[in-house]
Amino acid sequence: MDLLVCLKRVPMVGGRIGLLPSERQIDTAMLGFTVSPHEECAVEEAVRIVESQGGQVTVLTLGPPEAAEQLRDAVAVGASRCLLLEAGGKEWGPMATARAIAAAAEQAGPFDLILFGNEAADTADFQVGVRVAHLLGRPVATGIKSLSVESGAVTARREYRGVEESFVLQLPAVVSVKEGINLPRYPSLPGRMRAKKAVIETLSPAYSEEGLSMERLVVPKVERRRAAVLGEGREAVGELVDLLEQLGILA
Amino acid sequence: MSCAIVFCEAGPEGMIEASLRTAGLARRLADELVLCGRELPGVAAEQARQAGARRLVSLAVPGYAPRGIARALWQLAERLGASAVLAAGTDHGNEILAHLGALSDEEMVANCLAVERRGEGYVVTRQRWGGSLLEEAHLEARRALLTVAAEAVAPASSPEPEPVGEESFEPSLDPADLSVTASEQREQAAGVSLASARVVVSGGRGVGGPEGFGVIEEIAEMLGGAVGVSRVVTSLGWRPHREQVGQTGTKVTPELYLACGISGAIQHLAGCQSAKTMVAINTDPEAPIMSRADYAVIGDLAEVLPALRDALAERLRRQ
Ligand SMILES: Cc1cc2nc3c(=O)[nH]c(=O)nc-3n(C[C@H](O)[C@H](O)[C@H](O)COP(=O)(O)OP(=O)(O)OC[C@H]3O[C@@H](n4cnc5c(N)ncnc54)[C@H](O)[C@@H]3O)c2cc1C
Repeated sequence: MDLLVCLKRVPMVGGRIGLLPSERQIDTAMLGFTVSPHEECAVEEAVRIVESQGGQVTVLTLGPPEAAEQLRDAVAVGASRCLLLEAGGKEWGPMATARAIAAAAEQAGPFDLILFGNEAADTADFQVGVRVAHLLGRPVATGIKSLSVESGAVTARREYRGVEESFVLQLPAVVSVKEGINLPRYPSLPGRMRAKKAVIETLSPAYSEEGLSMERLVVPKVERRRAAVLGEGREAVGELVDLLEQLGILA
Repeated sequence: MSCAIVFCEAGPEGMIEASLRTAGLARRLADELVLCGRELPGVAAEQARQAGARRLVSLAVPGYAPRGIARALWQLAERLGASAVLAAGTDHGNEILAHLGALSDEEMVANCLAVERRGEGYVVTRQRWGGSLLEEAHLEARRALLTVAAEAVAPASSPEPEPVGEESFEPSLDPADLSVTASEQREQAAGVSLASARVVVSGGRGVGGPEGFGVIEEIAEMLGGAVGVSRVVTSLGWRPHREQVGQTGTKVTPELYLACGISGAIQHLAGCQSAKTMVAINTDPEAPIMSRADYAVIGDLAEVLPALRDALAERLRRQ
């Protein structure tokens, strides 16, 4: 099995989001970078499939040169080939992103299975995987929480409003997964060594504008309140139970 | 005359609240509102009337086949000359509209909070980062394809109800449109579901380990609630991912959210900010969660939680 996993480098925002004065970007000066948990799980799933069935895992990202870091993180846990699609400092919408990924998959493939995270952590457009599947003429399932590969097909499952939905997709296929499909491993020492040495292949995809153009980002106004302190330690428990009673929780 | 189509999800009890809120937003985008869906129950016609729709269209697509439903929506939109197609920003809604965007090669804008016409286009406000950050954008499109973050949109006021025409629509589908169709199996409900729980008792790294969740389970049970956790807890393998609250977990909307040993990262808050009342128990009075919680107990969970369990047991016994 030849698998391709698509990742996106995003800032590791913690307690609050700060914006640059342009209001078009998050201020990342003090932040590290990561990928979405969904994508970490996509890498883990691909590595497990290759461990049981043979083959190799290629990881791809469309981003700045620094996104090589996220590709190397994936190598550290078992991926072997890295493709960096150069974003060239532009803001790529989901349609242009999908076209770039589909073209790269055709050029660097063929891949039996292409995995995505269900949605990117930052822009959360919920569509790149589906668009890539359409461009390549492949079946697709999204939001998947369990995957099994057998004799030329994948069975993909998820839960939705109390119903288990299961889909069978003939390979080659595209699947987007959600966190919880597995528990990703931590990188091993040999993995980290491989990651350092990994070769990053770069491609320069064609950029195109689209009909949705961002004007500015806004941090939603949440009430900045100060929690009323009921007390400290064990002493506060009586107050807390009174509060729950007042709120009607004990009824 | 312009028309907006809303794809509505429905169960035996009727169309879901998220779809109805989406209809409320859609009504302001066009002269005529058309609701459609699969396997609509009888009550849907009255719901459509209350929502101000003029037509209710039943889509003849066998089974949950997202691409087939998208094809049907596209053909319906072409036939009615619709200027917008919307769905609730659920797993199904986002998936179907993504297919529609791919089939018709048009923009699809996910999880909108507000949409208004501006000239030939639209101004949209949409969620990024699970709602922790908003994007204001201009959309120029022949047909607006939008999903709506319904939990963050207020229900629209009821318009003057008018009679609703009911019809069914038979799309012409390719075999590929149906090749990915869900086989569905109703799951056994185990305990209180996290997404709809009235009380959620959540534990984070501060719980210290899997054993620490015994008392959290006991408190959740006494309050008729569900156990929630932070991502640190699932990543460490202390608890299963289905209990995770947040951007990449479950969104909860309880009356009470009790956050125990959780710092309050934005990705966690993305899943619990619509709780009516939030109470934090934490050793750190400066933790970010303190500026989002209504009440706090400053203290060590190892001391506070067993005392809380005992006090609750005592109070419930006296009731
Ligand atoms: C793209 C992305 C998506 C994410 N999605 C999610 C998500 O869905 N859900 C989620 O939860 N996180 C998510 N995260 C992770 C998130 O950023 C935080 O890392 C995580 O929520 C922190 O969990 P925590 O509060 O349990 O741990 P910490 O941040 O380590 O906080 C532990 C808290 O416990 C307190 N504490 C410690 N010991 C005690 C004690 N004995 N008694 C009382 N208090 C104590 C500390 O003061 C501290 O406030 C995501 C991250 C990214 C980048």
